[in-house]
Amino acid sequence: MPILQYREAIRQALAEELARDPNVVVMGEEVGQFNGAYKVTEGLLDKFGPKRIVDTPISEAGFVGLGIGASMLGIRPVIELMFWSFYSVAFDQILNNAANVRYMSGGQINCPIVIRGPANGGTNVGATHSHTPENILASHPGVKVVVPATPYDAKGLLKSSIRDNDPVMFLENTILYGDKGEVPDDDYLIPLGKADTKREGTDLTIVTYGRAAILSLAAAGVLQQEHGFSAEVVDLRSIRPLDMDAVLASVRKTHRVLIVEEQKPFCGVGAQLAYMIQAEAFDELDAPIARLSTIDAPAIYSPPVEAEQLPNQQGILKAALGVLA
Amino acid sequence: MTKKTSATTDNPAETGTATQGHAGAAVNARLSAADKVELYRKMMRIRRFEERSLRAYQAKKIGGFLHLYIGQEAVAVGCCSLMGKDDHVITAYRDHGHAIAVGMELNPLMAELYGKATGCSKGKGGSMHFFDPSRNFWGGHGIVGGQVPLGTGLAYALKYRGLKGACMTFMGDGAVNQGAVHEAYNLAALWELPVIFVVENNGYSMGTSQARSSAGELGQRAASYGMAWGVCDGHDLYGVRAFMAEYLDLAREKSRPSVVEIRTYRYRGHSVADPDNTYRSKAEVEEYRKTKDPIQVFQRALLEERVLDEASVARIDAEARVEADLAADFAEASPFPDLADIQKDVYWEADNPAERRSAGRLFFT
Ligand SMILES: Cc1ncc(C[n+]2csc(CCOP(=O)(O)OP(=O)(O)O)c2C)c(N)n1
Ligand SMILES: [Mg+2]
Repeated sequence: MPILQYREAIRQALAEELARDPNVVVMGEEVGQFNGAYKVTEGLLDKFGPKRIVDTPISEAGFVGLGIGASMLGIRPVIELMFWSFYSVAFDQILNNAANVRYMSGGQINCPIVIRGPANGGTNVGATHSHTPENILASHPGVKVVVPATPYDAKGLLKSSIRDNDPVMFLENTILYGDKGEVPDDDYLIPLGKADTKREGTDLTIVTYGRAAILSLAAAGVLQQEHGFSAEVVDLRSIRPLDMDAVLASVRKTHRVLIVEEQKPFCGVGAQLAYMIQAEAFDELDAPIARLSTIDAPAIYSPPVEAEQLPNQQGILKAALGVLA
Repeated sequence: MTKKTSATTDNPAETGTATQGHAGAAVNARLSAADKVELYRKMMRIRRFEERSLRAYQAKKIGGFLHLYIGQEAVAVGCCSLMGKDDHVITAYRDHGHAIAVGMELNPLMAELYGKATGCSKGKGGSMHFFDPSRNFWGGHGIVGGQVPLGTGLAYALKYRGLKGACMTFMGDGAVNQGAVHEAYNLAALWELPVIFVVENNGYSMGTSQARSSAGELGQRAASYGMAWGVCDGHDLYGVRAFMAEYLDLAREKSRPSVVEIRTYRYRGHSVADPDNTYRSKAEVEEYRKTKDPIQVFQRALLEERVLDEASVARIDAEARVEADLAADFAEASPFPDLADIQKDVYWEADNPAERRSAGRLFFT
């Protein structure tokens, strides 16, 4: 099977969907002539031309709103945010318009738009460029939120997102862009809302998503080798819809839970998960649900300290041992 | 009465200055007597609908905000009467006039105000959020200026799909100061999108006059984006039609955007909750009512043309009142949405379970 980088997998998904559906348009800052700020869209302009690959001015509210309006009339825009952090200047368009217009019109309108780009810390770019808004997005009924961890997942989930008739927020990760993995070059789809158990285990369930899933897998390996504990790693892949069945099945198997998220703790995804696990599987739990989040402050610049602010392999290992103690 | 300021060579030519002159403009000259009566009737229906909804509000049948369109009828009716099958409309929260102007029936509109399941948005949108995409009417938007990028996107879709239409994107004189509006202006001009930004200048954004909120000429801001622009008297239906026809042509035929300022006036407070005693004088309102009322102005023109007579004027008025009353009866008799309806119309996939491709929970507790 071909080995692709995460960014190449996304590019392949874009190229396949652009070729499949003439209504798909890729739009954003530097996506065309510049080949993408992170080279995700490299070569697409040459292949598909300027009608399909559209360079925009630095106008997130303008082009995100334009994309939403176009989607109401049958276009399927895939809008790139150079960083998800910049969603704040388009917040009204995404979370008042895309999220609400179906509802406020009594179901007469739908917005088949995808907004994608990287949302992560860990690259020493400071607080303005390190937001991870999956919780904020997911707390708006009407939008879907996807956070892929691997090249394989990124391609299959993005293709599903582009075909989805609801607005999908697709959160990538600059640190993962260069990661490699097996990616079939055929037309496979991964449905949104299906978690992937990336490692089977019996002693502990780690519920996680995005880059934290990759780190959790590494920590689970050490946990097995050095401490003899078997951790199951459930990668949610999609935050909304959410595969709660997969989470609960794993909890019933291991009876211990650690939630790992690259998120500030307050009202984060983990808070919702912890609530639902205790509400639906209280009797299954042999220990309080543990949670490892980003240390609760704006993203610090200082490189070695930022590495400690975020969940990392060491921190996950420590938290896991805490739940198993 | 129409004042035009040329910004680019694309600006449509001068269209004349008096109502009589506008009556002779091509778009108006081709109207039959019956067409004219229908335009008059539409304005009358808006007026009576708004008055009836105000009474319903006072009777506590309607919640939230109610922004009346009374005084501005010639703008929506004039603009929307020019729509072809690929022309689209989007506006802000003062949307009842546009909804009626595009042809929506009064029953679902009144029922929406009453929060009933038979409302045009099933009671989920309310006064500020009327929609009817089947009539190319895309709302009804509550955030000042927020609909302007959407309208630009509708125009983008028209151009992308090779359709010869335009999107009339309405906003108030207060909305022109929103950043999203300027972003939309730039994108529309840069990409030559068939959008007409229609600034309905009623002189006030809530209690703040234009002079206290906006620097410079509102329309002229288009010039710095290289867009055509113009100013028009919005009290004269013939004038609005003559004026807008040229900007619609520019959009449809040349895919050129424009900003048009249509000067109008609202007789009621910003919303019905506005006591209307802090920012303008009663005399000012009275002066507009007496000399510029769009329904009176058009009525006079049609009486002179002998398209209307006293009897038909009275009959149209009576019919509009009855229709508004019947709409209120319909709304009153209609059921409220069920609690189960709260979570419908959120996700397309949840509403179309047979075609759902995703798994997992979409809703949470
Ligand atoms: C972003 C935002 N800010 C403030 C408001 C509150 N608000 C609603 S209407 C309005 C005045 C807008 O005036 P204008 O654009 O002239 O429209 P008009 O009411 O005259 O039709 C204000 C301040 C809002 N709805 N949205
Ligand atoms: Mg105003």
